[in-house]
Amino acid sequence: MVKKGSWVSVQCTVLDVGQRAPQVPDDTKKVPLIMWTKGYLTADAAIGDTVEIITRVGRKQTGVLIEVNPAFNHGFGNFIPELNQIGEQLRALLFTEDN
Amino acid sequence: MNKSYNEVMSRKNEIMRSAVGIEYGKFESGSVAFDYEGLMKAVPYTVDEIAKIQLDHAVGNTPLIELKNLTKLARMCAPKGKGARIVIKDEACNASGSFKARRASLSVYQAKKLGYKGVISATSGNYGAAVASQAAMHGLKCIIVQECFDNRKIGQPEIIEKARKCEALGAEVIQLTVGPELFYEFLQMLEETGYFNASLYTPFSIAGIETLGYEIARQTKEKFGKIPDAVVCTNAGGGNLTGTARGLIKANAKTKIIAASVNLTGLHMASDTQFNKKSFTTGHTGFGIPFTTMPDRSDVPRSAARPLRYMDRYVTVSQGEVFYMTEALANIEGIERGPAGNTALAAAFSIAQEMDQDQIILVQETEYTGAGKHVQPQLSFARDNGIDIRFGNPREEIPGKNIILPEHPKLIKAIDVDLNVLRKSNVKNALTKATGKLSEDDIQYMIQETNSDREFVIKAIKEIDEEKYL
Repeated sequence: MVKKGSWVSVQCTVLDVGQRAPQVPDDTKKVPLIMWTKGYLTADAAIGDTVEIITRVGRKQTGVLIEVNPAFNHGFGNFIPELNQIGEQLRALLFTEDN
Repeated sequence: MNKSYNEVMSRKNEIMRSAVGIEYGKFESGSVAFDYEGLMKAVPYTVDEIAKIQLDHAVGNTPLIELKNLTKLARMCAPKGKGARIVIKDEACNASGSFKARRASLSVYQAKKLGYKGVISATSGNYGAAVASQAAMHGLKCIIVQECFDNRKIGQPEIIEKARKCEALGAEVIQLTVGPELFYEFLQMLEETGYFNASLYTPFSIAGIETLGYEIARQTKEKFGKIPDAVVCTNAGGGNLTGTARGLIKANAKTKIIAASVNLTGLHMASDTQFNKKSFTTGHTGFGIPFTTMPDRSDVPRSAARPLRYMDRYVTVSQGEVFYMTEALANIEGIERGPAGNTALAAAFSIAQEMDQDQIILVQETEYTGAGKHVQPQLSFARDNGIDIRFGNPREEIPGKNIILPEHPKLIKAIDVDLNVLRKSNVKNALTKATGKLSEDDIQYMIQETNSDREFVIKAIKEIDEEKYL
């Protein structure tokens, strides 16, 4: 159970397949236009329920409850060894004794 | 009120009118031409007044830095006697971490002045943080609408970071999957909230960037005793270049304006499956070319960003070249900045080698960097999405398939886009507004729009349909 007042993320479908704009390429036409919004839950609910939230600006938004305390998990990814080589090469070109 | 796609889109003009506070109709001629300078005068401030408003809100007066080691490297790669001094304007020092703070500052100031309770912007870029930052200062509410994820809910790390920053600055962020119908959601939000549309393309937005060109003229005169011989602008929607060029003109600074975009030829911008195959979400040809040839494709009736009017040259660079140059800026200049903002830097490194050593080439922006928005996570994400990353000749790069890091800096080459092809395309797109034969005003307008001459415009029209238009 997710308590009323929790900070959550909800998902809703803005346009279903078949409602997509005519100029959209074929691969995009095959999938719906989905939207995610965050806000405070207005009543106790469970993940997967259709719920109402109050967003940061005070709007009401309805959607399917998908996450509680949604976090950002982006970072610096896996190490890319090639980047070291760029630095080494540039330093060698510029900062050797000859230069 | 009916909220279906077609109904909302049909109310577009009235929604926009109340959300921008500008009556665009009064600048229209009813045909191809419209009064661009008249539209720009909707901003009731001089460039000095705008600079003051911006300085009061932690925007502007950013450092000008001569990149001496990068200049030295360019001279090592250049023919004897060639290699202009490379100078960068460190716009990352603005409150929100990019030049976009200039673009947002006047819009948000105006929104507050006109009594709007909040501002909305549709952007996946640095502009979102800029609007959120300025809204925070003015105590206004803020909604940012982003195209962020593909259908698997996998998002570009760069865009996710921008969402984080907007939220950190107090904004509500609405995230969508790929598709131009984002505009439909955006219109619904404007209608629902009655907030100001802090569009990237209003006169307020462009006038806010004019201070950048103005400042460049003042600072380079102070520091080097002269105006730079060339100014390179990363080009996407065209506002950066337009505003900077207009500011330079207002400072009576004659210089060559060069547009630079990352070459993403072959990738469709509205494709769900190709969305995460690109490593640049802005500053690329996917926006740069269409907005140069059809500026009014933006979210306002007439865009104030009209880059072809001011462009002397347009070049592209590859993703690998920009990533390489971003590493160079960090490793030999000690300045770590975000990759997208270094598009112009990669171009300048190449163009400097065509110029004499006593000349100055200026790169007019940098952007902040951090988690997600950095060479490391962006290349890691590309590799995870099946992109082949290797050293080689950047000319072998195929957007969406590989990223070629130059095996030597001398392989970095700005590739020219034929401006006359863009001009012809601009004429063709402008003609879609023609109601019959063109007037003299229409012809004059098209000459200005394409920064060309009468002969060029007439010839271009004749190639399309002489009988219909002339």
